[in-house]
Amino acid sequence: MLSDLQVDLSDASVLARLVDLVPLSLLGGVLGLDVVSFPQAMISRPIVAATLGGAFAGDAMAGLICGAALECLAVESLPVGASRYPEWGSASTVAGVLAAQGAAGSIIPQAGSLAIAVVIGIFTAWVGGITMVRHRRLIASWARPRLDRLAAGNVRTMMSLQLFGITLDFVRGTLLTLFMLIPTLWFTDWANAHWNLNADITKAVVVTTVAAVAAAAIWKDFHAIVGTRRLFLAALALGTVGVMLRG
Amino acid sequence: MVDTATFASGGSGVVAPTVLPLDRATHARMFVRCLAIQGSWNYELLVGNGVGFCVEPALRRLPGGIDGPAYNAALARQCTYFNAHPYLASLAVGSLARAELDLAPPEKIERFRKALCGPLGSVGDRLVWAAWLPACSLVALLIFGLGAGPFAVAVGFLLLYNTGHLALRNWGLRAGWKHGLRVASALGAPVLQHGPRYIGRIAAVIGGLALPFAVHRAIGGGPVNTAVPLSVAFFTPILAVGLVRLHGRIEGWRIVFVILSALVLYSVVR
Repeated sequence: MLSDLQVDLSDASVLARLVDLVPLSLLGGVLGLDVVSFPQAMISRPIVAATLGGAFAGDAMAGLICGAALECLAVESLPVGASRYPEWGSASTVAGVLAAQGAAGSIIPQAGSLAIAVVIGIFTAWVGGITMVRHRRLIASWARPRLDRLAAGNVRTMMSLQLFGITLDFVRGTLLTLFMLIPTLWFTDWANAHWNLNADITKAVVVTTVAAVAAAAIWKDFHAIVGTRRLFLAALALGTVGVMLRG
Repeated sequence: MVDTATFASGGSGVVAPTVLPLDRATHARMFVRCLAIQGSWNYELLVGNGVGFCVEPALRRLPGGIDGPAYNAALARQCTYFNAHPYLASLAVGSLARAELDLAPPEKIERFRKALCGPLGSVGDRLVWAAWLPACSLVALLIFGLGAGPFAVAVGFLLLYNTGHLALRNWGLRAGWKHGLRVASALGAPVLQHGPRYIGRIAAVIGGLALPFAVHRAIGGGPVNTAVPLSVAFFTPILAVGLVRLHGRIEGWRIVFVILSALVLYSVVR
């Protein structure tokens, strides 16, 4: 399936390639749905969603590595109530697919495609956050003319509002994934071919930035609990020693 | 079964019918519906319609059934504005269903409904979003760092997270049903009160262990005394300190986006 995704705009079979994107888009829809609407089982977390995206595109390991990078960023953003936050479900699907595309048969994604997948994953998550706000406004505007019936205890109105919201969220995630994948698959292919930076430097920059966000998030998130920061620093030192002994 | 008839009468002297235990089928229906409680989340009703959606299977047992006026009145009450953490909302669902079947006075149910919003939101946010979810994420990163494959990492995370998630929803539904309008006592459960503190400490330890291993694996493993691991080990704390100092002003993912976008552009354009 991965080879089918190599997008070449000069090719006449664009329609056939769009058909290839259907299962990936539906996956993005399901994972986008999980973020808020149903069932919030956290299959939408990057470490799961990107792995699934990568697996659907033929390389689960590439998706996992990309997902681990995005998970470091997601640790920072708490999905609290009405606050605006990135939508990582559909975004991680897109990122996982792009990372798998860049793996091109090897287990590890190329450094360039990992960087591109993370960038596009973040961008998609940001756009996804905006679409979530629109989705919530659409539900409100759909509900407004039906509030009288809801106030009369009409079960059909209550059920239809619930189903409308869930269906709309699924469509939102599906379309977001589709519309992000179409240009970015082509872009990733092109950028991989033109990647000039040393692979080690690229990897180092990607990993440094995401790990720093995760470390800062842990430091900030648990600051109110006495002794947590000391525990974190001690464990960090222990982990570093463990890596040195292993390496 | 606790007879709540006297309590449900609200001191009016009218004795409500004795409520039967929540049967398995109704409990299952309500539990599954709780998974979709935020399906119609919006900025006006928030999770209100979702609460009505979850309580509805129990309301069918009201006198007159689904065609009776009691059913319509109860459903109308339950579909109004409500806000809570989605997992702990099951506590509200259980207690509101019990209150309706106990035929508690409508104004009492409405007051109770309003009073529940604050505690269920703050307790749930602290326990789940600020503690359990990041803790499970960090466990997943540790599993990844220790070299597990994609299946093990994803399934390990999902099993761990959803054990807590589904148990909390199920407990909420049962505790709500058991206590009815006296559900405040359930909010004093040790897990809700002290859970975030203990989970936070464990998460900090797991996070500290996970980061070095996950970073090492993400850069491809290999010897640690080479340029790439050493530079990552040097620059990561510096950047992390900078991010901590920027706390509240800009999110880390935005900074990463800017840095990596510049990297991509530099690499493909030069």
